[in-house]
Amino acid sequence: MTADSLSAPAAAPVRGRSLWDDALRRLLRNRAAVTAAVTLLMLAAVCLIGPLLSPHAIDQVYWDRLSLDAAAPSWDHWFGNDANGRDLMVRVFYGGQISLMVGLTATFVALIIGVTWGATAGFMGGQVDNIMMRIVDVMYSLPFMFFVILLMVFFGRNIFLIFVAIGAVEWLDMARIVRGQTLSLKRREFIEAARAAGVGTATIIRRHILPNTLGPVVVYTTLAVPKVILLESFISFLGLGVQEPLTSWGVLISEGAKEMETAPWMLIWPAIFLAISLFCLNFVGDGVRDALDPRDR
Amino acid sequence: MTSLDSVPETAPLLAVDRLNTRFDTPEGEVAAVNDVSFTIQPGETIGIVGESGSGKSQVFLSIMGLLAINGRATGSVRFRGEEVLGIPRQRLNRIRGRHMSMIFQDPMTSLNPYLKVSQQLNEVLMQHMGLGQREATKRSIAMLDLVRIPEASRRIDMYPHEFSGGMRQRVMIAMALLCQPGLLIADEPTTALDVTVQAQILDVMEDLRCELQTAIVLITHDMGVIARLSDRVMVMYGGRVVETGPVQALFDHPQHPYTAGLLRAMPRVDRHGTSELYVIPGQPPNLQYLPAGCAYQDRCPHVHDRCLGDVPPLIATAPGRAKACFLDQIHSDA
Ligand SMILES: Nc1ncnc2c1ncn2[C@@H]1O[C@H](COP(=O)(O)OP(=O)(O)O)[C@@H](O)[C@H]1O
Ligand SMILES: [Mg+2]
Repeated sequence: MTADSLSAPAAAPVRGRSLWDDALRRLLRNRAAVTAAVTLLMLAAVCLIGPLLSPHAIDQVYWDRLSLDAAAPSWDHWFGNDANGRDLMVRVFYGGQISLMVGLTATFVALIIGVTWGATAGFMGGQVDNIMMRIVDVMYSLPFMFFVILLMVFFGRNIFLIFVAIGAVEWLDMARIVRGQTLSLKRREFIEAARAAGVGTATIIRRHILPNTLGPVVVYTTLAVPKVILLESFISFLGLGVQEPLTSWGVLISEGAKEMETAPWMLIWPAIFLAISLFCLNFVGDGVRDALDPRDR
Repeated sequence: MTSLDSVPETAPLLAVDRLNTRFDTPEGEVAAVNDVSFTIQPGETIGIVGESGSGKSQVFLSIMGLLAINGRATGSVRFRGEEVLGIPRQRLNRIRGRHMSMIFQDPMTSLNPYLKVSQQLNEVLMQHMGLGQREATKRSIAMLDLVRIPEASRRIDMYPHEFSGGMRQRVMIAMALLCQPGLLIADEPTTALDVTVQAQILDVMEDLRCELQTAIVLITHDMGVIARLSDRVMVMYGGRVVETGPVQALFDHPQHPYTAGLLRAMPRVDRHGTSELYVIPGQPPNLQYLPAGCAYQDRCPHVHDRCLGDVPPLIATAPGRAKACFLDQIHSDA
């Protein structure tokens, strides 16, 4: 057999390179996705470091700029000031911290719970699937605001609770998507072939089912992040979310929208930051999805 | 049942006794496999033939423990003397893939598109033989060579979509044979492939049969495939075995009207003039509403009263031959 004459160096570098290594390699070749990822990271870095470098504090009121006519962007206040005379740039940066954190954390929580739940229900099938999906249905039917208010009443106002509340509704969609995918995958012949080859259930889910559900999951995730950011601003708008002087992009935008005609900068700056993040996120999402699929190019 | 064995003195590799497979559906129970009994000797090749829907696949999915969730198999299946029907999944996973393997009809969907061929082959070796990456890759490449995949050491690191249908089916065969199992079940391995590729795959299987001494079950609805590559044939209809025998004898003198019909429906190059292909009239039975007597009664040219009331049992007619028909004799002059 040629097995002996097989040159070891030729085959060696290939060994141990997993799906993830390959996907990363393909992702790095995708210029749009890399640019978007770098932009997103820079944006996050600016939001984190910016407030430290700025001479202004988040809650510092500049009395001379309290009137909106005097609050336009200037040399001292690059983004201008808000209706309360506070420096807008620092507030946009702080808002970014909150929005990105809520967006990413809540989505991540939803992702983990939803994927695990959906894949298990779909793969187990039968009675297990029935019970697990009925639980999802029941949670769906609970009004979201009722759930949020309930949490607030029991645990008081807390940013952490926003993550929990949002994560708790977002995972339901994820679970349904992944379950549907898993159900159709389960009937595919390569799953049957893996079972016929004696591969165990856990390995089949991990190696054969999950990677095949990733495409839709990644796309859904990139759609979920903006949804979560907007949900947060809705909760905050009702006075149940982030509290003054803390803020978020969603809150800043809704405040800005009220003053759109007199002080357009109050809307424009947070909107630009949010738009850039969502735009980049979509590119990264598309890139990840393409990178995960070996058939793509 | 021992009368059906071609070589009764050796211990059978697989002994199936009164296997029954039922599916629960909202419309009622489907009797997919009914009282099927047979044995397979080490190293022999047995062809399972019958129209689609006759229960061929379900017999072997039952044996492999791969039934759909609404399915239930009863009876006895002994592999090398050990009962395998209804054993815990963990024990079953030590047997399937290791001692008995199965390949399926559609090679385009039988491989995971997200994993390289090497990863899928190695997975089996690492699971069953406890080999390391390196050793497993070596064995996998050797096996790909054996199924005649050119440049196996390079191609092993490709993804399934970079292979043609015929190549993928070879990969599936290689995967099934990696641990040198005693039994290979091939469920319509060539049905999804075009004719020239079909012939190549059958060539490969024929070679492997001689080389590895693996017993092969070849499930097909194509009598031509059976003729090519079988020692023995088992004809199935309505979830039952209706006739079994050595391939030559069965082709020359079919004893069940259904077998005769299948043979007549076979396209033949030596039969000139008849441009029209014969088809058995009527439809295969609905396994949910099987008739009281013989399942073939609606389509049988020789049907008589007795066929409507009783199910004909499978009875030995000659050494190694059996039929499930009340007729003494049919004349295959038609
Ligand atoms: N999960 C299922 N539920 C109900 N009926 C089924 C199921 N799987 C298979 N069947 C029935 O079993 C019968 C035999 O199928 P099968 O063994 O696949 O036929 P074939 O001979 O073509 O391989 C079919 O008529 C089919 O309707
Ligand atoms: Mg079939």
